[in-house]
Amino acid sequence: MATAYLSRRYHLSASHRLHSDAYTAEQNRATYGKCNNPHGHGHNYIVEVTFGGPVDEATGMVCDLGELDAFARTNLLERFDAMNLNTLDAFRDVVSTTENFTMEVHRIFAAFPSARLARVKIEETSNNSFEYADRMQSQKG
Amino acid sequence: MILLTRKAEFSSAHFYWNDSWSKEENERVFGKCANRNGHGHNYTLEVTVAGEVDPVSGFVVDLKQLKDILEREVVSVYDHRHLNLEVPEFATRVPTTENIAIAIWERLDGKIPNAKLHRVRVYEMPDLFADYYGER
Repeated sequence: MATAYLSRRYHLSASHRLHSDAYTAEQNRATYGKCNNPHGHGHNYIVEVTFGGPVDEATGMVCDLGELDAFARTNLLERFDAMNLNTLDAFRDVVSTTENFTMEVHRIFAAFPSARLARVKIEETSNNSFEYADRMQSQKG
Repeated sequence: MILLTRKAEFSSAHFYWNDSWSKEENERVFGKCANRNGHGHNYTLEVTVAGEVDPVSGFVVDLKQLKDILEREVVSVYDHRHLNLEVPEFATRVPTTENIAIAIWERLDGKIPNAKLHRVRVYEMPDLFADYYGER
């Protein structure tokens, strides 16, 4: 059976502020620059999730798109869209950088029951993107 | 080794249906994609080939030649066609994005001189795409 990779992109908008309690105010400003603005700022994030696996001979699919979209609605969009990331449990102990956001989204979609997560990529802006894959074992997908 | 990617576009109609299932089962699994009248997409195809750079030409492959191969093997067969009804490989396989990527790989494999097929990526729409690397 052929193995293929299916990628789906989800759009969400959220605000954040890069700030670490381990730094002084001056260190935070030096490290994060304008991203440390106390009032926060926001992005239109694009979350791209890639699933790999055998293509089912009956359906022609790696996984059911309706099931994946429903999972994303509940576990990604309803939790993060139109929110301030810094107020969420996921960023209580870690800075709301897109690196940390990418790893959090990877943890979320790794629990999708119907297919194997191969990679998560988040575009913070059209110039910045971040990718995370378990063990970075595969450049595929 | 260098990777080189060429894009092409085709617009096609399709529907999702498995002949061994009842109408109800098809509609349960495939939802509105099971509408037998079909619907369509503007597909974008990205073909990535891998090879060594020719020391004289500086090319991995001649892009014009690659463009002509994609046109002959894929675009002229798929563009402005109904995939289920007019493209032979989808008489027995559901024309999902995954299966389209696999079918295009099979159409192109071994036909590109001096380079190895590395990846076939098919976008059904900007937010949904499938990749195939020839893995069986």
